[in-house]
Amino acid sequence: MNNYIVNHLRELESEAIFVIREISAQFENPVLLFSGGKDSILLVHLAKKAFYPAKIPFPLVHIDTGNNFPETISFRDDLVNKLGVRLIVGSVQESIDKGRAKEETGSDASRNSLQIVTLLDTLDEYKVDAALGGARRDEEKARAKERFFSHRDEFGQWDPKNQRPELWNLFNGRKNFGEHFRVFPISNWTEMDVWEYIKLENIDLPSLYFSHQRDCIVRNGVILANSKFIKLKEGEKVVNMTVRFRTCGDMPITGAIESEADDLTKIIKEIATTRVTERGGRADDKRAETAMEDRKKQGYF
Amino acid sequence: MQYKDKELLRFTTAGSVDDGKSTLIGRLLYDSKSVYQDQLDAVEESSNTKGFDYIDLSLLTDGLKSEREQGITIDVAYRYFATPKRKFIVADTPGHIQYTRNMVTGASTANLAIILIDARKGMLEQTHRHSFIASLLRIPHAIVCVNKMDLVDYSEEVFNKIVDDYKAFATKLEIIDIQFVPISALKGDNVVNKSKNMNWYKGGSLMYRLENVHISSDKNHIDCRFPIQAVIRPQTIEHQDFRGFAGRIDGGVFKTGDSVKILPSGFISKIKTLELNGERLSEAFAPMSITMTLEDEIDISRGDMIVRENNSPEVGQDLEVLVTWMNINPLLARTKVIIKHTTNECVAMVKELRYKIDINTLHRVVDIEKLQMNDIGRISIRTSKPLFFDTYKKNRQTGSIIIIDEQTNETIGAGMFI
Repeated sequence: MNNYIVNHLRELESEAIFVIREISAQFENPVLLFSGGKDSILLVHLAKKAFYPAKIPFPLVHIDTGNNFPETISFRDDLVNKLGVRLIVGSVQESIDKGRAKEETGSDASRNSLQIVTLLDTLDEYKVDAALGGARRDEEKARAKERFFSHRDEFGQWDPKNQRPELWNLFNGRKNFGEHFRVFPISNWTEMDVWEYIKLENIDLPSLYFSHQRDCIVRNGVILANSKFIKLKEGEKVVNMTVRFRTCGDMPITGAIESEADDLTKIIKEIATTRVTERGGRADDKRAETAMEDRKKQGYF
Repeated sequence: MQYKDKELLRFTTAGSVDDGKSTLIGRLLYDSKSVYQDQLDAVEESSNTKGFDYIDLSLLTDGLKSEREQGITIDVAYRYFATPKRKFIVADTPGHIQYTRNMVTGASTANLAIILIDARKGMLEQTHRHSFIASLLRIPHAIVCVNKMDLVDYSEEVFNKIVDDYKAFATKLEIIDIQFVPISALKGDNVVNKSKNMNWYKGGSLMYRLENVHISSDKNHIDCRFPIQAVIRPQTIEHQDFRGFAGRIDGGVFKTGDSVKILPSGFISKIKTLELNGERLSEAFAPMSITMTLEDEIDISRGDMIVRENNSPEVGQDLEVLVTWMNINPLLARTKVIIKHTTNECVAMVKELRYKIDINTLHRVVDIEKLQMNDIGRISIRTSKPLFFDTYKKNRQTGSIIIIDEQTNETIGAGMFI
């Protein structure tokens, strides 16, 4: 008899596609939260595979902080055109202008937590009942206990003590009026799985992920891209470095790493030997030991 | 380095803090180099603050703030590590009796269970409990780790005694494959590397066994089951007539050209294509997500099931279920609930509570009025429409259901068809 076995990447792919199809079947108004990072690009790729030859049957939502890398925005627009899907942009700037959110001040100011307001407003405006995200359980300790179908109350809050048990492959997306779900189809993927799969499937990524020359500032041990969004502190100077990004958030908070890895093979090799977590370069997680847990409770991704 | 052709092994661990479960998982992560420097720094700092003499690896699996405050694990936590041979998903579950529901949740997707026994204490009530749950949920493989061997002078006699005791007890279990490893999670003996302190032990380390346990025949590749999740109709000029049935295969091997039967309609057709993303496959099997097209135009929708013509699942509305109750409100007879089974959903009435299982002894307790949270018992239900199902023993996917509260929409129970 044949050895009927699929490798780990195909098994993860199958699981994610199953979850994505469940979302379109169980919800009326799902959206895919698109950050422009590799995980959400992967998610779009999986959604395309799930419904081919039909188009992805739900829109992408991008919460634009206004502090994005320009590469992210142009990549997003190309992708949306290519797939023929609808794009909804929620603007943090607009939330600030409307007085819905208040900008942080100081040289470490970030719009990261302001996204929560814009996100919840956008989900409300479009009556979204399920928002797919590319979060993974290996990323951060508060995510290790996250469900595939993560229930949010009518205030968009996550209650870690009140999540539904998930057994076998039976996902319960039933909800009361006003509540919604965040759904994480790639929960079981690790950073390495993501990269191996990107290579296996030859998925296009923004140039940020590959080694390039860039003007940078080193702050608290984190290499940040120099941009108009960042104010130099005393004693800091701009240095040209050979870097790449392992995650892709807002320009002022996303840490780069010094790297010569300019293709997927080299990136995979680099990750296999690296000693720091992906989010180790994220200034937003360094604010407190439970920073992620606290933001999640308020309605973060 | 070869990454692509790893197998995926999902395993569950259950135990209380004292068993050294967190230390064991920390050790597996640490010795397989799945821990990053910044995580280790954080743990080291935390260990120092607490005044420990050594780095407490158990802190690597430390959970949410609310759990740390109480010093207990509330929920199933998932951990990941990989070796060149396999990728591992660990469902880390607390072992207290109050957390039976978490153990069941973690066990539902596992191929293997690690059962921890403290070498100083031997078999305890909770060893029975963990083993019974692994057996009830039909986890095919178990590795019994006799931990803290360093505290019994790495004694072969102590290990052999526990192995004998466990084997005597295991005659009650339905776990096909049980292995035993003497370890010290704290010192690292036989976890990843073979211990020099126990030369009398000739078997492989825990990691060796995790990497080599034979899992390719765990899935049912005989009885073809394909529940339909969605119908794909592109409605574009290019693919005007395309009608694909999307789903994940739960059992058997489907091949192009196979004659298939659609349930509940009973219509027969032939498989035209098996595909994903436009790529044709000659055959497909569990756990693949695919899109199937058929030679004939047949009305098929979500909740239907495609099977082989001469191999049908059972069909029925009166069902016998072994249920784990997961809600604070007890289950009473005559309760109306919602059932989710494969891609189907329907209303059901709980007709009778037949008995409750004492999960420490496997004895049946009859004449019960309710099932309380963390109870496991047998019930009979009647569904509002016929379900196509297999016994859980035959197929873990088509043999399982979740039970949902009509009012709150919470998942309140998990059931297996007997």
